[in-house]
Amino acid sequence: MTTLKNTPLKTFKKALLVVACSTLGAISVSAQADNVNVPDTIHWTIPFGVGGGTDVWARFFTTWMSDHIQGNPTLVIDNVPGGGSINGSNLFAMRADSDGSQWIGTSASTQYPAMLQDRRVRYDYDDWTPILATPTGGVVYAQPNLGDTAEDVLQAVTEQRVKFAVQSHTGLELPVLIALDLLGVDVQAVSGMRSRGEGRLAFERGEADIDFQTTSAYFSSVAPLVESGRAVPLFSLGVLDDSGQVVRDPAFPDLPTFNEVYENLHGEAPNGPAAEAYRKFFASGFTLQKLILLPKDAPEALIQEYRDAARRFVDTETFKEAAMAQLGPYTPVVGEVVEQHLQDAMSLDDDTRQWLVEWLLEQHGARI
Amino acid sequence: MFDVLFSSLGQLFTVPHMLYMVVGVLIGLIVGIIPGLGGIAGMSLLLPFLYGMEPSVALGMLMGLVAVIPTGDTFASVLLGIPGSSASQATVVDGFALAKKGQAARALSSAFLSSMIGGLLGAVVLTAFILIARPVVLSFSSSELFMLTLLGLSMVAVLSGKDVFKGIAACGVGLLVGTIGMAPATGEFRLPFEIDYLYDGLPLVVVGLGIFALPEIIDLLVKRGAIAEQPCQLGKGWKEGVRDVAKRPGLVARCAGIGSLMGTIPGLAGSVVDWLTYGHAVQSAKDKTQFGKGDIRGVIAPESANNACACGAMVPTLLFGIPGSGTAAVFLGGLLLLGLQPGVSMLETNLDLTYTIIWSLALANILGAALCLGLARPVASLTRVPFVILAPLITILILFAAYQATRSLGDLFALGVIGAFGVLFKQANWSRPAFLIGFVLAPGAEAYFYQAAQFQGADAFMRPGVLIIGALIAASLVIPPLRSYLHAQHQRKATTPHTPLESAEPLSLGAIDVVLLASLLAGAAYMWSTFADLSMLGGIMPRLAIAIIVAACVLEIVRTVIKPMKWQTQTLSQQLLWVAGFFALIGGVMVLGFLFAAAIFCLGFLLVVARMKPVAAVGLAAGVTLFLMGMAHMLTLNYPTGMLAGL
Repeated sequence: MTTLKNTPLKTFKKALLVVACSTLGAISVSAQADNVNVPDTIHWTIPFGVGGGTDVWARFFTTWMSDHIQGNPTLVIDNVPGGGSINGSNLFAMRADSDGSQWIGTSASTQYPAMLQDRRVRYDYDDWTPILATPTGGVVYAQPNLGDTAEDVLQAVTEQRVKFAVQSHTGLELPVLIALDLLGVDVQAVSGMRSRGEGRLAFERGEADIDFQTTSAYFSSVAPLVESGRAVPLFSLGVLDDSGQVVRDPAFPDLPTFNEVYENLHGEAPNGPAAEAYRKFFASGFTLQKLILLPKDAPEALIQEYRDAARRFVDTETFKEAAMAQLGPYTPVVGEVVEQHLQDAMSLDDDTRQWLVEWLLEQHGARI
Repeated sequence: MFDVLFSSLGQLFTVPHMLYMVVGVLIGLIVGIIPGLGGIAGMSLLLPFLYGMEPSVALGMLMGLVAVIPTGDTFASVLLGIPGSSASQATVVDGFALAKKGQAARALSSAFLSSMIGGLLGAVVLTAFILIARPVVLSFSSSELFMLTLLGLSMVAVLSGKDVFKGIAACGVGLLVGTIGMAPATGEFRLPFEIDYLYDGLPLVVVGLGIFALPEIIDLLVKRGAIAEQPCQLGKGWKEGVRDVAKRPGLVARCAGIGSLMGTIPGLAGSVVDWLTYGHAVQSAKDKTQFGKGDIRGVIAPESANNACACGAMVPTLLFGIPGSGTAAVFLGGLLLLGLQPGVSMLETNLDLTYTIIWSLALANILGAALCLGLARPVASLTRVPFVILAPLITILILFAAYQATRSLGDLFALGVIGAFGVLFKQANWSRPAFLIGFVLAPGAEAYFYQAAQFQGADAFMRPGVLIIGALIAASLVIPPLRSYLHAQHQRKATTPHTPLESAEPLSLGAIDVVLLASLLAGAAYMWSTFADLSMLGGIMPRLAIAIIVAACVLEIVRTVIKPMKWQTQTLSQQLLWVAGFFALIGGVMVLGFLFAAAIFCLGFLLVVARMKPVAAVGLAAGVTLFLMGMAHMLTLNYPTGMLAGL
């Protein structure tokens, strides 16, 4: 007869082992899940004034992000205006902690000075990594006295000097200036507008011959003009699809893109230093118009969690509906894709920058 | 239209609307009373709550805020001589002078009553105007806007009285200081001494505080005593102020009209309106001698205008999405957060909301003014407190207010430097309003001139608007001297040959005048060389300003040589001591950090200079520190922490 090995002591030892193993397993599983130590409060620096475009954009995102990040942290917006967003960005670069609780929201006005090596810039996009980017589109339109249809106007503007009211020669209008130059339009850029809205006002007063507005401003203020025959839309800037090609803007499916108009005119795609400059500034100012970034050396797990949180809502119907008014019909781009585009877009090679410096001085009398 | 008008009024009288509007009014008053905060700070406090609120309720709250800021900031202007916001600078000139004469309650009550009437008239104008506003606003192109800034600049001549060359020189200095920063035409930077802080130009808050508030504080410290040099009669003063407004309905109505119409033009608004109406009050007055020394009309005019202007500024904001002022810019953000788009839709689909805005403006003006009127008498008794007790508190307050400008140490230094200039100007009787007008209007004048030249070229002079405004300017410059010349002729004919004619008062000259003239000429030469490598477009405005300074100084020197001069003793030594002390305080802030330096400074000053009892001194100093900490928490401020903290 075999002796029963299962003495009470052995059973006890076995049970202990089972308990120990399962506890260990449970701890390690929960430890992995608890790896993401999301801070209670996230401080989001917005280097723009309260109520401005980027501020409103950020406030729109605070509820969405707060609801979808694990642990539901509170997002507090810290406005640090000045220098056209340079001051706030400089301060963030200098002061922000890398523990994942400090974010910054930038827009084209922050990207462009960095690309143009403005001497006030003391921040570097290489030190930051993006969570998400929201693209925008834009439309160039003209006075109806230049022609009835877009084709007539495009013909007319290559034959006479047209006035365009801009904020500065190196602001959001820069790619538009380059695009018009590529199309052979002789543009007299009158600077000093304090907002794109003022530029639109100059157009409505009849002082400016052509103007440019981003999607949301176009819908609210320019579409009525077009409907009543006081403005003729010429082309949109288009958007980049996943493979990096410029396609028609979903907000303006009936308008040709700048690239289409160029190809119609010249028979080939735009090339040369001007086209290269256009491509870069278009990418960094429109495809990645507004960015949520944080210091690169924040904990990797946190960065992933923030990106995952964004992924949880950007494709939902509720978000798209709510975002339509604020952002237009564009889906935010999340995570690593943004990083790739950002690096490519913001690196201007010396030839292109040289061309830009000379062109700005010759064409527009602006020095950078 | 009328049914929507009255239905939105009915909606306003429901409990949630009234409640939120009262909240907006209270926050607006507090934000207006504390110098340096202004509409932007108030809006930023309210914005986080807006998302998800029902639009008409939220708009009532925002309008409550917007309407009463120009009412509340009168407290600081009249009682402390501190312009509470840019809309309140002109009020300081005569308002504070009245407070020094012991008539603070009179100044306050007249200011609040005119604010209320001005705001109501502004709301009425807005109601009627908003429906036809679009084509009117569009007819003001850059050339008309340039002419309007010229009109504002021509007020300098009006305000300088007989010292016309000194006034023009002061205006020239203001113009030059106003060009510091980025040139609108070329993007070049005009930075004397290559200081980074100046990239955005000097902030208006800092300049206003430095040129007005700091010299007054120092002057009061030198004189000792209380703000009110003469005994106060608060009760009688209050009633007298109300009667003053009732006696001058025409002035109130005219200034409110000018204010609301100026506010509707995007790009001008608050910066010019209070000086324009102040100048108008001076011009239309038969007896101009009391202006600057405590003429109640100098309080009534700008106060009714700036409330009306706040209403008018809603027109470009709602119709065009172009903010008429800094507060309106933040309000625009609020609209966007509520899901409303400015533009034609505000008149069509959202007309009821537009009228809610207008009604809320009107009601809030009444509420705010009523509250302030109630507070006027008790708060006016502050002017009886010996100034040595108030001085450290006010100094910390203006440091705090200046710091709001860009939240950097540069603000405090700029305050000290401009303050030093302000002291010199005040002692030598150079027109400080002229300086401020030049400073405020310089960017606009340059930008609009450049744009008019680029957009319209020579055709600009043919425009009817340009010609009309040009005629107005010519009239305002030519008619007063013409009138006084004709009056003198008339007098000469009427008097008998034996009656001696009134001799003209001899002009006076003092040591500080000489110092100022010399240093202005030297400074002009230095700036000319600094800006030598600017392009033509980028450098034309500073060069013009320098030319004006040099021409005016030279003419003044010529005049002192030609005409009989009376030598005037102008003291400066005690004032300089206090200025040095102010810079020492800033040094203390740099080393010890703002909170610590403020606490120690208050304590030390109260104990040593004011000889207060230790308990009271500690209490006041603690109160100041608590206030600063509370503000920092609410506004997410980071005060300078001082070099010691970094060790």
